[in-house]
Amino acid sequence: MNRGIAELRNRGIAEIPQFTNSAIPQSPLVRFLRAVFEVTRKDLLVEARTREILNTTIFFAISCVLVFAFGFVREGRPVQDAAAGILWIAIAFSGTLALGRGFERERQGETLRALLMAPIDRPALYVGKLLGIVILLAAVEVLVVPLVALMFQAALFSHAALMIGLLAAGTIGFSAVGTLFAAMLVRARSRDVMLPVLLYPITVPVIIAGVRGTAALLAPEADLPMARAWLSMLVFFDVVFVTLALWTFEPVMTE
Amino acid sequence: MRRLFVTVAVVTTAMFAYAPFMILNAPYESTMGLVQKIFYFHASLGMAMFAAAFASGIGSALFLFTRKPAADRLAVAGAELTSIIGLLVLVTGPLWARKAWGVWWQWDARLTSTLVMWLIFNAYLLLRRYGGPGSDRLAAAVALFGMANVPFVYWSVNVWRTLHPKTSVIPSLQPGMRGPFWFCVVAFLLLFMLLLSLRMELEKRRQELDELYLAAEE
Repeated sequence: MNRGIAELRNRGIAEIPQFTNSAIPQSPLVRFLRAVFEVTRKDLLVEARTREILNTTIFFAISCVLVFAFGFVREGRPVQDAAAGILWIAIAFSGTLALGRGFERERQGETLRALLMAPIDRPALYVGKLLGIVILLAAVEVLVVPLVALMFQAALFSHAALMIGLLAAGTIGFSAVGTLFAAMLVRARSRDVMLPVLLYPITVPVIIAGVRGTAALLAPEADLPMARAWLSMLVFFDVVFVTLALWTFEPVMTE
Repeated sequence: MRRLFVTVAVVTTAMFAYAPFMILNAPYESTMGLVQKIFYFHASLGMAMFAAAFASGIGSALFLFTRKPAADRLAVAGAELTSIIGLLVLVTGPLWARKAWGVWWQWDARLTSTLVMWLIFNAYLLLRRYGGPGSDRLAAAVALFGMANVPFVYWSVNVWRTLHPKTSVIPSLQPGMRGPFWFCVVAFLLLFMLLLSLRMELEKRRQELDELYLAAEE
């Protein structure tokens, strides 16, 4: 889709913003949601054609679980609380990989510039990108969570609603920061190293809340009030991170 | 401006020369004894670290939205001072903890969140140094996230049960300890402001030099 627009632009057809504008309804909220939907749809469509990021990320997450399993299993039995830690480390590591690859694709195709030139609000672009990453990570989690439950005899499904809440809030918090930094690092030197260097210290609160909440659920007697407390903590971080990211995305991404 | 700087520098030096005597004359804490005396520097450094993080965060926010080079100078000076002062906090803390708690480090909320904040500002400095052109604006976003951590670090001791004393310990200090403590706080905040203005001046000259180099090449 983007290549098409770039081609049209090369041929000197300058009226493209006008053309797209007329197709978008006028109400600000509807326009915003429409733009978010289009950006997410574009990302998922590109991904669906190659499934490059999904396949590599899933394989990487499984390898992560395996590597950590060797570190935390003694005499055939996992160390207490290891499952929660391994699950969240696998999510954080594979999330970093997916973020890096996702924006590397935009850089190679020079499509980020086209996205930034599109007649949509910057926050809509950010939210669209964020949704794309969250959906991708959700697909990875659908595979990794049962795998961890199976390999570590962890009762991840006995309180499914709380577990899903923790996973959703944690993934959104991690991706909210990740999308902002991956997007702004696209133009920076040594971006491959800088992404984890920036991302992990900032998202440590999310990882801590996710691990502690999951560990509370996995304890021999599930500590539900504790898990709920960590979940509300995660929601609080989500609000702070998304607000800060929405606020800074525009000035950071403007040349 | 220069005269003010020299005056403040002289006052700060005198305060730091006198601080050990005040700390020596302060009463001994009943359970920890001599070790507790590190508190006067540790807590004051902690306050100076918060001030530095705020300076960096506010400078970054101003720089992001106004693009003024002066705001960027404030941001980078604040971030470097957060890194240096934070290191001192993270060194004096374990020295005290080893004697008071029996361990160098405890993964409680205050210690962990301080370490995380310190890491964020170090990441800021790494990004500025190795991020290439345009990284000043990217780093500003990092500093904003770092500053968002400050209230969290400050309140962490009151929200979670931690080994680290609560913030209420400061108003409840013994009368004899109060004087030396606030004396040290003022001394460290003055030192922070001196270093901040020095570093901002250095950054200004560096920016000017960069522009001169660019002009000479053209």
